[in-house]
Amino acid sequence: MSKMHVKLTVNGKQVEGLAEPRTLLIHFLREDLKITGPHIGCETSHCGACTVDIDGKSVKSCTTFVAQVNGADVTTVEGLTNDDGSLGVLQEMFREHHGLQCGFCTPGMITRAHRLLQENPNPTEEDIRFGMSGNLCRCTGYQNIVKAIAASADMLNAQKEAAE
Amino acid sequence: MIPAGFEYHRPGDIASAIGILQEHGDEARVIAGGHSLIPMMKLRMAEMGHLVDLQAIEELKGIEIGADTVSLGAMVTQHELITHDGLATAIPLIREAALQVADPQVRYVGTVGGNVANGDPGNDMPGLMQCLNATFELSGPDGRRSVAAREFYEAAYFTARDDEEILTRISIPVPGAGVGQAYEKQKRKIGDYATAAAAVMVGNGQASVAMTNLADTPVWSESASNALADGDVSGCVAAMLDAIDPVADNRGPVEFKKHVAAVMLRRAIERAQSRAD
Repeated sequence: MSKMHVKLTVNGKQVEGLAEPRTLLIHFLREDLKITGPHIGCETSHCGACTVDIDGKSVKSCTTFVAQVNGADVTTVEGLTNDDGSLGVLQEMFREHHGLQCGFCTPGMITRAHRLLQENPNPTEEDIRFGMSGNLCRCTGYQNIVKAIAASADMLNAQKEAAE
Repeated sequence: MIPAGFEYHRPGDIASAIGILQEHGDEARVIAGGHSLIPMMKLRMAEMGHLVDLQAIEELKGIEIGADTVSLGAMVTQHELITHDGLATAIPLIREAALQVADPQVRYVGTVGGNVANGDPGNDMPGLMQCLNATFELSGPDGRRSVAAREFYEAAYFTARDDEEILTRISIPVPGAGVGQAYEKQKRKIGDYATAAAAVMVGNGQASVAMTNLADTPVWSESASNALADGDVSGCVAAMLDAIDPVADNRGPVEFKKHVAAVMLRRAIERAQSRAD
């Protein structure tokens, strides 16, 4: 099968490449672009470790062909740092609240939580648990993940207030 | 898990998409959100030479709320069904069911058209659409036609849609004021298909009852609906248990599924009745 010319924005940068249409986005990100934040966990659309943000939606990049997202705007966990390269609020709160143990699910958790807080800046604990239900963690029991996201919401809201 | 290779197409209108399907016949398939198809392609249980992506076709998008009818574009995602305020007011049952489909990530891309057209008995939307008495609009080489949701499903993955047709929109009559609606789903875990799910509408002397994943098609039962319209809950449940035909699998033996079906149906009826005026 012939390769197609793929052009997308990843973490704010224009990227181009040649890929077979059947190439999954997760493989294009990791193997062609060397963006290894999104992880391949189950590879069957269940675990959410490969979650990236595509045009404002949380999507499992193991279940997306690169051809489908040709022209799209993609954000991975690498794109959620501050401009100076320091940890972004969600990343810092996951560290602070011990929202990870082995860390394998973390890039998907943080990328998903980013979209959740964009859509719902004041989530209840139930909102967080429901909104994060497409991401599996086998270490933490989720308690500290929920705390980290709630703390991130508080901090982002305080930052917003201070800026106004 | 690498799928077999294919040529990728992204047509901009329905006619072009149908043209590609005609040109390549069995070798071509359409893809909407892809969250049923891509996993099957990764397992090599689905292979095709040509994949026709419907994402750029504007006619397949959008939710239109009319006084009597709601029209859903086939490419409307579950996420859009959940977040559309007008839809939640017109037919709250759709939002209630969509919230129980898969998980958040899947709902951002999974479409209502794909969910109903795929013919998977595990999908939630077919039974829901039968309960709502929706009509599916199909476009093909010979033009357009409409098929009632209650007539659409023939067997698992076999529907009234021809290979060269595309399901374009879904028309749903808006239930009258005072009709209570409820969707109840038992599943083993987030993201799972239903062990049993029930969609119920009741009120104004009418009722409609459909169930999911308890046969090789969704099951809408006229006698169960009539019994409920007459206020006979036990008769409704008995008629539905008679209509379903579950098979034993990793969600449980037949006896268990019938038990869960009755529990789901009774809960949905109770909640729908509590919402009826």
